[in-house]
Amino acid sequence: MPRELTQNRIQKIWIPSKDDRPSMPRTSRGGPHLANPPTVIVMVGLPARGKTYISRKLTRYLNWIGIPTKVFNVGEYRREAVKHYSSYDFFKSDNEDAVKIRQQCALAALRDVKNYLTEEEGQVAVFDATNTTRERRDMILEFGAENGFKIFFIESVCDDPNVIACNILEVKVSCPDYQDCNKTDAMEDFKKRIECYRMNYQPLDPDQYDKNVSFIKVIDVGRRFLVNRIQDHIQSRIVYYLMNIHVQPRSIYLCRHGESQHNLQGRLGGDSGLSTRGRKYAGALAKFVEEQNLKGLKVWTSQLRRSIQTAEALNVPYEQWKALNEIDAGVCEEMTYEEVRERFPEEFALRDQDKYYYRYPSGESYQDLVQRVEPVIMELERQENVLVICHQAVMRCLLAYFLDKSADEMPYLKCPLHTVLKLTPVAYGCKVESISLNVDAVNTHRDRPEEVKRGPSTLIRRNSVTPLTSPEPNKKPRIEGLDDPIIREVTPAQLTLCSASHTTLALSTQNLKICSIECHEPPQLCL
Amino acid sequence: MSSTEDVIMAIPRELTQNPLRKIWMPCKNGLPEKHISQKRVCMTNCPTLIVTVGLPARGKTYISKKLTRYLNWIGVPTKEFNVGQYRRECVKIYKSFEFFRPDNEEGLKIRKQCALAALNDVRQYLSVEGGQVAVFDATNTTRERRATIVRFAEQNGYKVFFVESVCEDPNVIAENIVQVKLGSPDYTDCNTEEAIQDFMKRIKCYENSYQPLDENLDRELSYIKIMNVGQRYLVNRVLDHIQSRIVYYLMNIHITPRSIYLCRHGESDFNVRGCIGGDTGLSPRGKEFAQCLGRFIQDQNIKDLKVWTSQMKRTIQTAEALGVPYEQWKALNEIDAGVCEEMMYEEIQEHYPLEFALRDQDKYRYRYPKGESYEDLVQRLEPVIMELERQENVLVICHQAVMRCLLAYFLDKSAEELPYLKCPLHTVLKLTPVAYGCKVESIYLNVEAVNTHRDKPENVDISRLPEEALLTVPAHY
Repeated sequence: MPRELTQNRIQKIWIPSKDDRPSMPRTSRGGPHLANPPTVIVMVGLPARGKTYISRKLTRYLNWIGIPTKVFNVGEYRREAVKHYSSYDFFKSDNEDAVKIRQQCALAALRDVKNYLTEEEGQVAVFDATNTTRERRDMILEFGAENGFKIFFIESVCDDPNVIACNILEVKVSCPDYQDCNKTDAMEDFKKRIECYRMNYQPLDPDQYDKNVSFIKVIDVGRRFLVNRIQDHIQSRIVYYLMNIHVQPRSIYLCRHGESQHNLQGRLGGDSGLSTRGRKYAGALAKFVEEQNLKGLKVWTSQLRRSIQTAEALNVPYEQWKALNEIDAGVCEEMTYEEVRERFPEEFALRDQDKYYYRYPSGESYQDLVQRVEPVIMELERQENVLVICHQAVMRCLLAYFLDKSADEMPYLKCPLHTVLKLTPVAYGCKVESISLNVDAVNTHRDRPEEVKRGPSTLIRRNSVTPLTSPEPNKKPRIEGLDDPIIREVTPAQLTLCSASHTTLALSTQNLKICSIECHEPPQLCL
Repeated sequence: MSSTEDVIMAIPRELTQNPLRKIWMPCKNGLPEKHISQKRVCMTNCPTLIVTVGLPARGKTYISKKLTRYLNWIGVPTKEFNVGQYRRECVKIYKSFEFFRPDNEEGLKIRKQCALAALNDVRQYLSVEGGQVAVFDATNTTRERRATIVRFAEQNGYKVFFVESVCEDPNVIAENIVQVKLGSPDYTDCNTEEAIQDFMKRIKCYENSYQPLDENLDRELSYIKIMNVGQRYLVNRVLDHIQSRIVYYLMNIHITPRSIYLCRHGESDFNVRGCIGGDTGLSPRGKEFAQCLGRFIQDQNIKDLKVWTSQMKRTIQTAEALGVPYEQWKALNEIDAGVCEEMMYEEIQEHYPLEFALRDQDKYRYRYPKGESYEDLVQRLEPVIMELERQENVLVICHQAVMRCLLAYFLDKSAEELPYLKCPLHTVLKLTPVAYGCKVESIYLNVEAVNTHRDKPENVDISRLPEEALLTVPAHY
């Protein structure tokens, strides 16, 4: 007897109900590991090969598309255990005390990985360390087999001295390990640190030793890739993502269309044209873009009139993306918020209750938007300088990706009209500059209401995505509790340990750095 | 300091909305101007020549055809050029593998001419006919041949991307020969044993001179090397978006035997009344169909079947009757008819006669006001296709327009044919990959339903009479 269906009030998803209560739909989720084993991504490579860069970027992407992911950086565990770093001597393979500490740190991190994937509902854990020896990797493969985790290696291989030197300057020299050193000394010490690993480095070997292991070898910062035995959808997505990212310096400019007629009336959605002030903004934007003097700037708009009108003023070629259209407000399209509150009071309340998951009747949710906009993100990763002229909800989604904001925060990010956000990748994160073009406009931002009752937790489905922020890296080594190892310990004599060396830079994705640069227009520019 | 003239910006061009596609374009005096913007993401800024590389029976033609089908479906005009076909035109009767011997001068001459003829047609397609991608399907096993092609591409301003297939598994090769070589025109007069023997000797002719793409010597080229039918890939210097998409596609396809079942939800209440769109539940007959579908699936005894639905009530209700886990995809929702949602065709003709006519004029590109077009649907469905390629046995319970799009992908139907493909209610299409294409079995589950298929009427002019517009509307209650 087929079960009755009811429509979940927030997400508007039809689910079977039993005695008027929603019951779990028969999705293939089953138990935590039966249908969808968690994955451990294991980084491999000498220091300064971009492992932590890749770890954090990948984690940010996976969380944004709705896959709970977390980085476990062994270097951080080491810094907890050994409060003061003296020199590269710590990493010499004959330094027995250090070797022991480094191993304990790795084990502690793996224990946290296990906890995250089994107790905390994580789906992917990124184990960020050098993992340069076969012994270490074999141990991890066993750990995976014992716990029912899939293992996927990402190896970064690079021998270009310029790239290495650049990496060291960008993220090592300012790392906590070197806070009392000058740049030259730091560079020298770090290079010696790399040499400690190099002697015992056993790269992944697709022909023999590692031919049955799933991995991607990233060579020379993405010039070449070797991909072996992709097992499933998530590994395929990871490979695709890694093949599209690059490290060329560039900036991404995000802004909304100029103020529209509907904005003036306080109306949602629709396809109205620019107001007078909106047109003025478009002119100011053109001037701003010219002044930025950007190489090869691409301009993207949605297919809604107001964003195209804005782009037209720039007098440069632009591309229209339907995927950049504003969130579809369904039956509420073209209404003012007051009209919505009058005609659909329940919907109005539900939206405030859970703005991320809330789907307008016959419309979309932020959750839907993320899925719709994902190809735009992928193409943004491929591109260099791009200006995206879009809409409030869409811009919030894009911004949440770049600044690693959670599903909870995303619908309340501030994206005012007539303001350009300039995003520039730096170190492990993104620098943001907010530039108001000094043309007045209405404020379309609605803050989260004070008394919002949190509704029941909504269902997470694989193809309906749920961004989370990358969780804080776990800093506690808990070295004391290592009497019951979760993995078979390898005899220390043989093991050449590797641990990640990286830095938590102040300019991390968690700490949003915004500076406002006022752009002053000459007084004549008023219509 | 900018002067007054600079400050008052050039007046931005007026915009007009193309009535068919609902795309805003700049216009002058009411007429659309040369469109500097594009409606879709720019895949590449110059034509691309994909060049296959590999010994015979390594799947080059399989990959060429499949890739061509995929690129055309996502809207990138693509055509394949199979040099073997040119050779068959030239040398009417194939005698034996001796033709391919490296010391057969006559043979070599003809083969080179065929390759050049094919390249000539490539140039015609890419530079004259507006093609975007050409797939040059031949063995291309020597560095010299590949250098010729690269020179050709440089002269014409094409980007080159090599797709090499390397495989030494004798089982795979034997299977390939059985599936696609035995039935080739070359072997119409041979028995199986003879054909296999000859073909193996043919492969031998190429082996000695085969120079695979090399990590060092070919490091400046853009290519993907596929090893052992996708077990491993080597990807070098991906230059642009289209190459990136091609690599992603090639890494997701597989050749494990499986079947894909496509069907629509059971008949819905709206179907019965002749209304389009909406989110109604199943009619009694629709519920009966769902039960039959459940029995059908059980009888088929399919290994590890995945079931996918849209997020609309009628498909979920249908899946519920199967009693197995299923996954809801918003991407599988029916085409959004915008302002025409929940209307009958008669009502659309009454309220929006112009729109109704435009739709008949170009059903693929026509976008409902505040809604979608088939063209939009294809873009929306691409991740579903990609995941279908990764999966094995899948049953997709979807909707008429959506099913047409998916079917068009599997059966290589053009944009013109796509919106008129027949996808009746209560009928399951079972698609099984075979040789270079797809076998289709249509299984009607014997539960009556209304017909929802509207053929293209004779008169598509906006001046037509209502009766002419409504001539092909299917009967409803």
